[in-house]
Parts: sequence; structure tokens; C-alpha cells
Amino acid sequence: MGILTDVWTWLTTGSHWTGDGGVLQRLGEHIYLTGVCLLLSCALALPLALWLGHVGRGGALAVNLSNAGRAVPTFAVLVLLSMGPLGRYGDWATIVALVLFALPPLLTNAYTGVREADREVVEAARGMGMTGLQLLRQVELPLALPLIMTGVQTAAVQLVATATLAALPGGGGLGRLITAGFGNYDTPQVVAGALLVAVLALLVERTLTLAERLLDPMRRRPARSPAPT
Amino acid sequence: MSSAAAGGPQGCLAQNEWLCGEYLRTRQSELLDATVEHIWITALSIAIALLLALPLAVAARRWRAARAPALAVTTILYTVPSLAMFALLLPVFGLSAAVVVTGLVLYSLTVLVRNILAGLDAVPGEAREAARGMGYGSGRLLFEVELPLALPALLAGVRIATVTAVSLTTVGAIVGYGGLGNLIYDGMESFFKAQVLTASAICVVLAVVADLLLLWLQRALTPWTRARTRKRAVRGPSAPTAASTHDLVGKAG
Repeated sequence: MGILTDVWTWLTTGSHWTGDGGVLQRLGEHIYLTGVCLLLSCALALPLALWLGHVGRGGALAVNLSNAGRAVPTFAVLVLLSMGPLGRYGDWATIVALVLFALPPLLTNAYTGVREADREVVEAARGMGMTGLQLLRQVELPLALPLIMTGVQTAAVQLVATATLAALPGGGGLGRLITAGFGNYDTPQVVAGALLVAVLALLVERTLTLAERLLDPMRRRPARSPAPT
Repeated sequence: MSSAAAGGPQGCLAQNEWLCGEYLRTRQSELLDATVEHIWITALSIAIALLLALPLAVAARRWRAARAPALAVTTILYTVPSLAMFALLLPVFGLSAAVVVTGLVLYSLTVLVRNILAGLDAVPGEAREAARGMGYGSGRLLFEVELPLALPALLAGVRIATVTAVSLTTVGAIVGYGGLGNLIYDGMESFFKAQVLTASAICVVLAVVADLLLLWLQRALTPWTRARTRKRAVRGPSAPTAASTHDLVGKAG
């Protein structure tokens, strides 16, 4: 496999990493785009989904949004937005497209998490005289946390993927290594760029899976479940 | 749109408008060719994935030791972004449709294996015991009892995989085999608004039509699930089924 040696040579060539359009710059752009958009989409989606789940409204919307999001090609939205009026404002077309595709998994998972919090526990808390806000903060939110974190993880992986595609209409990020490689018929660069993207996506996925385990409030309460009443 | 009807230098093509009837009329055959390519790439990928997923899921079920590694590999494959997946397959297949089809097969395989496994796991032990008691061998048990009972989960997986594949095929434009994605890509390079919007819209329509057709197939093949859903709805909310849980984890880009 001569290609593997070529890819290795590409990756170990220092000049490919530094300088304008080098790996480090593209990696920085990719992480910046992913991070900013994850924060933005969490800030938009989580309060809304938690509230909708708490009052039990808009379930069909929150659940169907994920299905609708799947049917709309990410590539098409990126191109449409970059050609529209937003395209004139630098990164904004990319940021809006990324956030749009990160919202569905966040909304769907957080909503489902709150709705499927054990109704008996919620009723008991209400019976103890908890107000709506206390109920949401102290009962529903901790019970929903595993699914919320699944949503954050899915959204983050999605963002890494969408940010890669953003290179096609001329955005930054590691995808640029792949598109530039295609442009120059430079297969080693295409494969090297793809490897870097894949590793970044897997690292993000692993990190958030670990974070999910550390944050889970039920983690500290092992099998000592109360006797059924 | 009145200018569209007029055509000529003042027409919507010359004005580079988003919505353009003239574009639809003059580029019909181009649009049709792209749509046909889009459909065969998607359909072929799902068909191959289904043929591979069934034996894999059955094997992962029979040999418990194979289960964890199989699920780990599929999770890793699913996490790789589509552009990277196609780029990684480029040295293997060169600039060909095989790059796109193989990438889509790998993604679909993930959804299908997980859903078929979840479906097989959900087969009630009583049904299995009853079949064994009636003298069913393991082959007959699989094909006449377990697979039919896992059919709803399998078809739910096929729906998710198909809609995802229709959307991801567009990225195949990077190797020149993206169906409608090719038109989006060319439209992007030449800043041709009507072409990008029309091809994108047809893509969404394809995904929705495919989803509805599969939903209809699902209803036709598994009439018993509808009766059960109705009963469950009366009893109130229930735990999510395996298929709907997987719905919570999407794939795009």
C-alpha cells in the first residue's frame, strides 16, 4: 500500500502543519466553529426543550424535528446559506447552518428526557409541595441528564461533521485540507485530511461519553435501590 | 414569476433568481438524470447494507463475544463525517460511484445491525419456547418466528437509513457521483441559484417520499403493530421501543 506511506509522509512533513492554511490553523478553525456553535445551540435548545418537557407541550414538534433534520441535506443548506444574503457576513452562514443541524438532537433528547422522568417520582415531589421551578431543577433535570448529555454528544459529533462540509462552500476547518487535496489531485493530502477529521470526531465522541459518565448524578448511587412499596 | 414566463435576457435565468420556472423547463433532462442517479445510489446502498446486516446481526446474536466489538466498530464508523468517509475510500476505489455506495453501505449497516439486534432481543422468550416446544429447529425458529417479530424494528431501521442515505448522497458530489448533489456542487461553483435551490428541494422531496413509501410498507407488512400501538395509546405513555430510542441519535453531515 504505497498510499499509506505517502499519507504518513504528508502527515510527518512539518511544513504541512504550520503556516497559512496548515493543519494547526485548520484544526483551530474547526474546534472554534464546533465549540461556538455547540454553546450557541445548547443555549437556544436546552432551556426551550426543558420548559416544553416540563409543561408537556410541543412534544410532536420536538420529536419530529429530528426526523425532519435528517431529511434535509446538510450540504444543500450550507450552500444555500452561503449563496444567500448571510453569505456576505463571513462565517455567519456557516455558523447558522451548523446551529440549525445541532438543534434537533438537543431538543429531541432533552424533551424526551424530561418527559420520561419517572412520573411517580415527579408526582411525589409535587406532593411534597415543590414548586414548578424546584421540580424542574431538583427532580426532572437530574433524571433527564443522561439523555440531555446524549443529545449534547450527538450534536457535537454532528457539528464536527457539518463543519467539515462547510469547507465545500469555502468555510474554514479541516475539511479544507480534503477539498484542497481534491482540487490538486493530491490523494495523500485528501486521505491525511480525512484521517485528521475522523480522529477529531472520535475524540469529541469519546470525551463527551466520559463527561456523561462523570456528570451522571445517579452514578454515586449504586444498586442500593429502595424496597418497592 | 411573470418575468420567468417571458424568458429572454430579462427572464429569471438571466436574473439568477432562486425560483425559476424557466430553469425547470429548460433543464428537465439534467434534473431527471441527476434524480435517477441519486435514487440508484441510495437504493443500491440500502439493498447491499440490508443483505450484509441480516447475517451480521444474527451472528452477533449467536456469538455473544462478537456483540460488543461489532457494536463498537459500528459506532466508530457512524462517527466518521461523510466527507472524511468518502475521502478515506478514495484510494481504494478511485473516482467512482463505488466510493459513495461503500460509504453509504457502512453508515446504513450501523443503523440496520443495531435495529435488527434490538428487534431480535425484544422477541418474547415465550414465543421462542413455544416454537421450540412445537419442534422448530433453529433455522425455522429464526425465519418463521424471530425475524417476523423483529420486522418492525428492522423496517424502522431501513427508514432511518434510507432518509439518511438520500441526504448523504449529495456529499458524493466531491467524487462526481452525488446525484442531485452534483447539481448543487456545480450550482455553487457557478453561483447558479435556481439550480442549487431546485436540486435541494428535489432531495428533500425524495427523502420524504421514500420515508412515506417505507412507512406504508411497514404498515402493510406488520399489521399487528398498529393494533398494539392503539392499545398502548389508551393505556398511556410507555417506555420507548428500541427503534425509537435509536431515533434519538441522528446522522448527518
